[in-house]
Amino acid sequence: MYRYPYVTGTSVIGIKYKDGILMAADMGGSYGSTLRYKSVERMKPIGKHSLLGASGEISDFQELLRYLDELILYDNMWDDGNSLGPKEVHSYLTRVMYNRRNKFNPLWNSLVLGGVKKGQKFLGTVVSMIGVHFEDNHVATGFGNHLARPILRDEWHENLSFEDGVKLLEKCMLVLLYRDRSAINKLQIAKITEEGVTISPPYSLKTFWGFSAFKNPTVGAEGSW
Amino acid sequence: MTKQQANWSPYDNNGGSCVAIAGADYCVIAADTRMSTGYSILTRDYSKICQLADKCVMASSGFQADVKALQKVLASRHLIYQHQHNKQMSCPAMGQLLSNTLYYKRFFPYYSFNVLGGLDNEGKGCVFTYDAVGSYERVGYSSQGSGSTLIMPFLDNQLKSPSPLLLPAVDAVTPLSESEAVDLVKTVFASCHRERHIHFVVVMLWSGTVDFVNDTCKELTKENSHGDKVEIVIVNADGIHREFMDLRKD
Repeated sequence: MYRYPYVTGTSVIGIKYKDGILMAADMGGSYGSTLRYKSVERMKPIGKHSLLGASGEISDFQELLRYLDELILYDNMWDDGNSLGPKEVHSYLTRVMYNRRNKFNPLWNSLVLGGVKKGQKFLGTVVSMIGVHFEDNHVATGFGNHLARPILRDEWHENLSFEDGVKLLEKCMLVLLYRDRSAINKLQIAKITEEGVTISPPYSLKTFWGFSAFKNPTVGAEGSW
Repeated sequence: MTKQQANWSPYDNNGGSCVAIAGADYCVIAADTRMSTGYSILTRDYSKICQLADKCVMASSGFQADVKALQKVLASRHLIYQHQHNKQMSCPAMGQLLSNTLYYKRFFPYYSFNVLGGLDNEGKGCVFTYDAVGSYERVGYSSQGSGSTLIMPFLDNQLKSPSPLLLPAVDAVTPLSESEAVDLVKTVFASCHRERHIHFVVVMLWSGTVDFVNDTCKELTKENSHGDKVEIVIVNADGIHREFMDLRKD
């Protein structure tokens, strides 16, 4: 029985906005508590209409990309003018994940799948390696569920502009950066619209550590460290 | 010293409760719309109710991935049935199919707690209640899921059902009207909606008329647009009708 993951990625956040879906993920690949890899692309375009973000075991994510590659290839080979949309890809992913858990050999990932096809926006997630899944206006994996979802529940609304959407995602990623020990300050934001996928080059968020509580952490509790 | 294992379980409990009440010529099936894992809410807008056939609706709580797989299996079996028999499956027939499907996975069960509701071949309301491995029974009303231990005794009290041990057997189908049954279901969820995995906490247990409770709950939930809801499906001779009731935002 597959006991534990080796190289893992942390949270992915996705939100619907006016023109499509925005997704954010950092570029870290942790090897237990060691920050081993710092340029891991955890979001990838799938076909023409979808964007997949993954957290969890990186090698299993790469395996999923191979499955999806084959899926898209066979779809293209029909050459019938039709192409798999995000709903279909999400459905495929849920079946693959569930099937692997049935065989007690899971793909140790949590996935976010977003896309737009014929004007219809779709944002879904496969929550865990055992195949639980749902769609919503904003989704997150891992720590994102605890730290980002509450912010999104409060501040997300329909028809966010691109700038507002990015600001919202950055706000969530900043909280994760401060509080998730596996997060690193090197992230990408991806956008998918009817026109296609754009994944930003990696960049960093501005952090502030000058809080008086940080400067003098034991002031309220003498004798602690 | 052994290394720390990240052991995984093939099951999870995504929470929620389901209720079904059968009447003389209708059936009410309801479930909350919250999906959770551990202490986190995953989404407040998830339907646990699935229409399997014309007059047959299933509500399931438990492990969502298994519930989804079960719904898919039943839907595909129903499609085959329609192709072979040129008609819809009746609710009792679907009841048997569900039982057999669940028992098929007796040694790696679907972690799915189901209530099946609809109209039988004579147009009378019917409710079937199941455990995870397919043992089932036709009843007048039932609840399953996290809140069932709170809901069931309340229904027993309000619906005053005759003992199943009586001979000759007395039907437990309620004499309440359709709107009274829907109101009762709303009361049930308003009282029992706050649940935790380990502890069940009843937020408000009201006494008084059903209408009074209903109105009060409506007042309390008026300002919420993003809270959890109860999805209520009514099956009667006219077909299937669906409505939602808001629950508190916490």
